[in-house]
Amino acid sequence: MAAFVLPFEKPVVELVTRVRELRALAEQDRQFLPELRRLEEKAGRLAKELFSDLSAWQKVQLSRHPNRPYTLDYIGHLFDEWLELHGDRSFGDDAAIVCGLARYRGRSVVVVGHQKGRGAKDNVKRNFGMPHPEGYRKACRMYELASRFGMPILTFIDTPGAYPGIGAEERGQSEAIGACLAAMARARVPVIATIIGEGGSGGALALGVANRVQVLEYGTYSVISPEGCASILWKDGNKADEAAERLRMTAPDLLRLRVVDRVVEEPAGGAHQDAAAAAKLVDAALHTTLTELLAKSPDQLVDDRYERFRSLGAFVG
Amino acid sequence: MPWPTRKRGGLDAHEKTSLGKGVFRKCDGCGETLTAEALHETFEVCPQCGQHHKLSAARWRDLILDDGKLEVWDAGLEPTDPLSFADGKPYPDRVAASQRSSKAKEAIEIGAGSINGVRVAYGAFLFSFMGGSMGSVVGEKVTRLFERGAAQRLPVVLLQASGGARMQEGILSLMQMAKTVAARERLRDAGVPFVSVLLHPTTGGVAASFAFLGDVNVAEPGALIGFAGPRVIETTIRQKLPEGFQRSEFLLDHGMIDRITSRLEMKQELGLLLGHLVLTTPLRARSSRRLPEVDD
Ligand SMILES: [Zn+2]
Repeated sequence: MAAFVLPFEKPVVELVTRVRELRALAEQDRQFLPELRRLEEKAGRLAKELFSDLSAWQKVQLSRHPNRPYTLDYIGHLFDEWLELHGDRSFGDDAAIVCGLARYRGRSVVVVGHQKGRGAKDNVKRNFGMPHPEGYRKACRMYELASRFGMPILTFIDTPGAYPGIGAEERGQSEAIGACLAAMARARVPVIATIIGEGGSGGALALGVANRVQVLEYGTYSVISPEGCASILWKDGNKADEAAERLRMTAPDLLRLRVVDRVVEEPAGGAHQDAAAAAKLVDAALHTTLTELLAKSPDQLVDDRYERFRSLGAFVG
Repeated sequence: MPWPTRKRGGLDAHEKTSLGKGVFRKCDGCGETLTAEALHETFEVCPQCGQHHKLSAARWRDLILDDGKLEVWDAGLEPTDPLSFADGKPYPDRVAASQRSSKAKEAIEIGAGSINGVRVAYGAFLFSFMGGSMGSVVGEKVTRLFERGAAQRLPVVLLQASGGARMQEGILSLMQMAKTVAARERLRDAGVPFVSVLLHPTTGGVAASFAFLGDVNVAEPGALIGFAGPRVIETTIRQKLPEGFQRSEFLLDHGMIDRITSRLEMKQELGLLLGHLVLTTPLRARSSRRLPEVDD
């Protein structure tokens, strides 16, 4: 994977790189161990400090970082017996959404996630993680399958949004997303959504009607992209940084608005500095949440999900 | 084609002043100059070319509901400002301005009424209120519409005209999509019909939530209906969109809606539909068999 460094993450990346080098040394020679521990602790603290007052826009950039772990990376770390399932049974297979069966801590689960590409060629195949209707119809099929066979649904959200194109409209992008929302609402099994990167609007929500929604520390979730918002409000897509601030789309704001239930901490410098460590943190959160949800009956799970979304909104009267 | 019957006596005094006698308007379709009064008479449908111009929620009531009567629900719901959003103008000011100009509290009205004698739960978007955008209040009212439809076993007829989710309420607007659809599914479980009427325009978060989940989806002719707005698509694919793209006729061709119905026949068709869906004797009691329980 080609290294890509955002200007503001430079000092953190240097720290993390030094830790990584020392770790390699320590693996060969144990005398470096104490120094490694010292440096790890220091790097963790400094990274936290350096990232403590990131702007909303900087977090948006982290959420879109090209080195960030994607759905398939998490699948590799979290699950055994992964079996990808393809196709919507009416038009095609959409590589921007991956679906399949997997074993999570001994239990069969259905996994649905947006998938971005790594590099130019892969990104064409994955359409930069922007699904077409067939992707959503595949997801819908999985929600129903999971519900039928009593398998928990674990989704991973990471998309700029559903693709706005001619074919997508011809084949009913709106209906496909609406049908996903309905199928998720009806699922008689635990549903947990994890926002691992970008949560772009309705195209993200189609994987987001869950009993519990968790977001990674530098994940985002928004009704519109900051660029889109800026171009509508100020006819100037370059004011995206300002729009990002106003949309309240970062993890702490999402938690405050109760749109997410939990923020999952990322390793020093962000998930892309240590995908395995990031997956470990996601795993811990998933395990706790799933255990809690497995105590509920199918009816309780449907009602719990209903009440969760029923209570969201701000109005008087 | 039956022309909708008007209340005898024509326009009332208030309507006359608001119309302004002798005001002329150009038809958006054929360019013909028409008097505002003539367009009012035909519910804003051009008598020359059939172009459907925007119709106010008040006029939709007159057109669709028996005696134009709606027992309004939850008229007092108003938005707050959860994001402290400002874009040159603070969001509360924008809402207040819309409330003044539209004389409504929000972008939808809901309530109970009758269509050809069938009692329904009825909702209509007010496009004139911030583009019919769906924030917390619209989401809440659509949800209550479905919930009451289920509880009182009233078929839901919802007229949509919306640019999508309301940006000024950010992510909470997006959440309304999930909330409304979940309520729509409860109506489905109750075995009560939902007739979705798509007007010009229905896009974004409203299109991508309940709008296409009707048991029957009906659209007005020539309405713009789609997920992404045409300009967004043109910017993305860097080419001009073909004529008629995302219009009702395009959607009918692609199998996304059941029917295109002229506004002037809307009431009659809704009456027919409800007759089939509601007033019929089912072959057997509707079963609500659920999936077998699953053990952990
Ligand atoms: Zn005309």
